Amino acid sequence: MKTLAIDTSNQPLSIAVLDGNELLTELTMTTHKKHAEFINGVIADLVKKANLQPSDLDRIVVAEGPGSYTGIRMAVTVAKTLSMTLNIELVMVSSLLSLSLNVDSDKYLINPIFDGRNNNMFTGLYQRQQGKLINVIEDQHTNVDDWLKKLKNFDQPIIILGQTESFIDTYKKTLNNQVVVANSLTNIPRAAKMGIYSNNLEPVNDINSVVPKYLRLTKAEADWQKLHPKEGDENYVEKI
Amino acid sequence: MNRNLILSFETSCDETSIAVIEDGHTILSNIVATQIRSHQRFGGVVPEVASRHHIQQITSCIEEALNEAKVGYDDLSAVAVTYGPGLVGALLIGVTAAKTVAWAHNLPLVPVNHIAGHIYAANLEKTIEFPAMALVVSGGHTELVYMPAENQFEIIGETRDDAAGEAYDKIGRVLGINYPAGKQVDEMAHLGHDTFNFPRAMDKEDNFDFSFSGLKSAFINTVHHADQIGESLDKNDLATSFQQAVVDVLADKTIRAINSFPVKQLIVAGGVAANHGLRERLTQELKNMPTELRLAPLPLCGDNAAMIGSAGEMLFRHHVLSDEGLNAEPGLEFDYIEKS
Repeated sequence: MKTLAIDTSNQPLSIAVLDGNELLTELTMTTHKKHAEFINGVIADLVKKANLQPSDLDRIVVAEGPGSYTGIRMAVTVAKTLSMTLNIELVMVSSLLSLSLNVDSDKYLINPIFDGRNNNMFTGLYQRQQGKLINVIEDQHTNVDDWLKKLKNFDQPIIILGQTESFIDTYKKTLNNQVVVANSLTNIPRAAKMGIYSNNLEPVNDINSVVPKYLRLTKAEADWQKLHPKEGDENYVEKI
Repeated sequence: MNRNLILSFETSCDETSIAVIEDGHTILSNIVATQIRSHQRFGGVVPEVASRHHIQQITSCIEEALNEAKVGYDDLSAVAVTYGPGLVGALLIGVTAAKTVAWAHNLPLVPVNHIAGHIYAANLEKTIEFPAMALVVSGGHTELVYMPAENQFEIIGETRDDAAGEAYDKIGRVLGINYPAGKQVDEMAHLGHDTFNFPRAMDKEDNFDFSFSGLKSAFINTVHHADQIGESLDKNDLATSFQQAVVDVLADKTIRAINSFPVKQLIVAGGVAANHGLRERLTQELKNMPTELRLAPLPLCGDNAAMIGSAGEMLFRHHVLSDEGLNAEPGLEFDYIEKS
């Protein structure tokens, strides 16, 4: 099974082409933020260097969010368009889970973090059990203080990874030695790991309805919902 | 037999649209998913919300466009896509999806300027003849484009502040009309009288540029002043006076442009080209002139992918091609030619 795996959830871009559990080609870079400009070119190059044609692909795996809104939209746009147009499988993976795959040890609770600014974060809690990643607390957009209250219920060491910089001090004040900060490469998601991990996951049924997992309403929608608590679930887009 | 088929993408603002165009003229399909009802909640287009709707709609629109046209990827000659001007996050969905489809099926990729697309809405009705002039008026654009020959576009005049359609939306809000206000203001303008004599900004200046923010302010000040002294104004008269000022300036500058640049055809395109006041006025003005008036077909005045496919077919013939590196250009513009 030939798999194309894409993770552009934040500043790092990571794309890989795999054959089953075997890596064919992979590019991971942190030097460019403008994924829109690079994503299609990198995919074309990696597929070509794997000696494949687009039509040889069997499956697309994509990090669906949370993350940078534009970043996850670029990856999901490519993934859903490619799987629709080639009529191949599409597998969606949490961007926080994708990053958590960097931690091989099962002795930690794994706490991936994307900085949501102003003391907010996109985060979740994972743990390795017999090679699988178990989701302990679901992915969410939260204030760091509220999140730490939840973590206080656990005794095991917690490893934090991703965009941890602005949260390290707060974590250490609350969790002291229980918290371990991941080293540099562990903070960068690797599409190849996500691709291999997804071999056991089910593809989505309805490709056309796929959207990124933003985990946060736009400010305009949130403000509107406050004023209109009973509305909001209808379909606002009509084909004319 | 090889058919000349373009699959075209348009996502520059609040419409997700995919079309299949044959020979640059025939619309085999033109799927338009509009987000107007969504943005009406906020009184105008919210860019992040627009991007979220586009990604949700994009693949079902592609499938429907191909199904309705009864063609497959193997039948296509090229993929065309709007890459600017527009909202960057919205443009990126169409650009990325178009690049992906082109790569997956080894098809050429044609980048299309959204304004060229609006102009080519007229080409879907009948072939454009050159030299030609286009007045492009919409919620985001107001410009006069001179086309000495096919695939040559030169801006000779444009708005220095608000687009005409934007001014309609802003004064619409003051009249209690939700975005997009153009249609309703147009209807009201046919019921009242031009009693307020709002300013015709830059009308007498020796250039082809426009300005609508002064008119908008004059309108808003008039209404606010009346509110303060407890006077009630006739809304139809307000609408008529506003529309008359807009149409006067658009028509005067356009007529002056075709007098300075003799052209075979004058094309009027963009969302505001659906305005009946403007259509009637230009029809009247050009009645006794040698220039043929080409009003864009009403259903194709707003954003749609059919017009992008028509422009894309022309650009493809001129070997205007891009590749996986194509990026959205929110501020994309034709060259501006100073009046000499």
